Amino acid sequence: MAPPPNRRSGFSRRAQYTNFIGYIAGIAGGLLGAAFLMLAFANPSIFSSLRGVGSDIAEPAGKVAAEGRKAGHGLFDGLAAYFDAAQQNAYLKREVEAAKVKLVEFNARTEENRRLKALLQLRDGDSKPVAFAQLVASTAASTRRFATISVGADDGIKVGMPVSSAMGVVGRVLETASSTSRVLLITDAESVVPVRRASDSLPGFVEGRADGKVQIRLISLGINPLKPGDAFVTSGAGGLYPPGMPIAVAETITRDGAIAHVLADPAASDYVAVHEAWVPQIDAAQAANNARAARR
Amino acid sequence: MNPLGAMQRLLSPPRVGGINRAPSPLLARATPWLSIMLASLLANSLVIAAAPVMPPVGLMMLVAWVQIRPGLLPVWAGLPLGAFDDLFSGQPFGSAILLWSLTVIALDVIEMRIPWRNYLIEWATGAALVCGCLVAMLVFANATGGAAPLLVIAPQLVMVLLLYPVIGSLAGALDRFRLIRIMDLGR
Repeated sequence: MAPPPNRRSGFSRRAQYTNFIGYIAGIAGGLLGAAFLMLAFANPSIFSSLRGVGSDIAEPAGKVAAEGRKAGHGLFDGLAAYFDAAQQNAYLKREVEAAKVKLVEFNARTEENRRLKALLQLRDGDSKPVAFAQLVASTAASTRRFATISVGADDGIKVGMPVSSAMGVVGRVLETASSTSRVLLITDAESVVPVRRASDSLPGFVEGRADGKVQIRLISLGINPLKPGDAFVTSGAGGLYPPGMPIAVAETITRDGAIAHVLADPAASDYVAVHEAWVPQIDAAQAANNARAARR
Repeated sequence: MNPLGAMQRLLSPPRVGGINRAPSPLLARATPWLSIMLASLLANSLVIAAAPVMPPVGLMMLVAWVQIRPGLLPVWAGLPLGAFDDLFSGQPFGSAILLWSLTVIALDVIEMRIPWRNYLIEWATGAALVCGCLVAMLVFANATGGAAPLLVIAPQLVMVLLLYPVIGSLAGALDRFRLIRIMDLGR
């Protein structure tokens, strides 16, 4: 379309002023944005209540989208399964045979574990999850990795509670609103989770890389003993994440650790569980000791 | 009066088009705003992603609307629409307000400087503006935590480049939709 020859809004003073004020408001909007941004840099949680109201209002739409996603995966998985059904059948048969043997071993170990725990007079630390929730949204267009879950402060969710799916750790609660909460995923570049190697308790950290993978860093520097395929579980050090939750498997070995893929892919987890924040027992005992020492 | 005829008139869908019909002012004004807000929401709830895999659809929709109908959205549209996007995007609050306001002003300047544009120029300017915003978003996100490298947003940049015409034609379809002559002017 041919543009108008000049951009004057005619002889109407009112039209001219409206136009002019529009530009002023546009520039003012930009400046206001910059001011908000400075505030958010200084204190990232300053607008959390505003975000909470927004995500509470958008929750029904998110739930509808979640149902759509679930139906979507079912359809695609169903279609994909037809293509290599025979091969998959043979493979699964072999897998089941192997799993049966493993199951016997596992039952024996569980029994032994129970016996040893009774001997040490440890009680099972696993408590029931606080709530189960749907993942209703995630910040798919930003490099920060947050997700929104469909339970909030009304369901007893508190900041810091760990969130997991059936496959492993997903993240931890960062902000709560009344019926939704915002979760910091473990792939966010700001997330750090203390872990140990499942096979030999080699301690380390899992840090997010913002690209869907995580970086494993070992505490003891020197020769890197990691191999691709090493599985890592949370160590419970420092509290928050309970020990023994599966988290990642090493993929590419780097100089001081490994790049690992996350076990609980949030895209494939329709439901997640929110747990009570873990308080290490040993610390509680130490605190009691310290208190006793202080009294003396 | 024939009750059957009245019932039929009630049940039949409103006649669209014709000499005595006009577009609904509400639909004509609200469609751009609502479509941009919906796009902002969709970017976050279409997939639950472990990595940044969605282009900033809300911003692309805004740029497409401003390019199709210069002056339909006011210059200050970036403030309310950006604030809405900031609630859900995961960026520090204010990031979209600032970037979207600057984008609308930049598009206005481009429209003044290059009055005769073709499809390719619109594609290039639109995609370039959105890609610039993506890089700025990465800088702002890194300022609040973590140090994600530029490589993380490479898939998004490619997607913006390829998907921009699709969003543009979607906005074009919505533009035809908002001007459907649906209001009965009487006879």
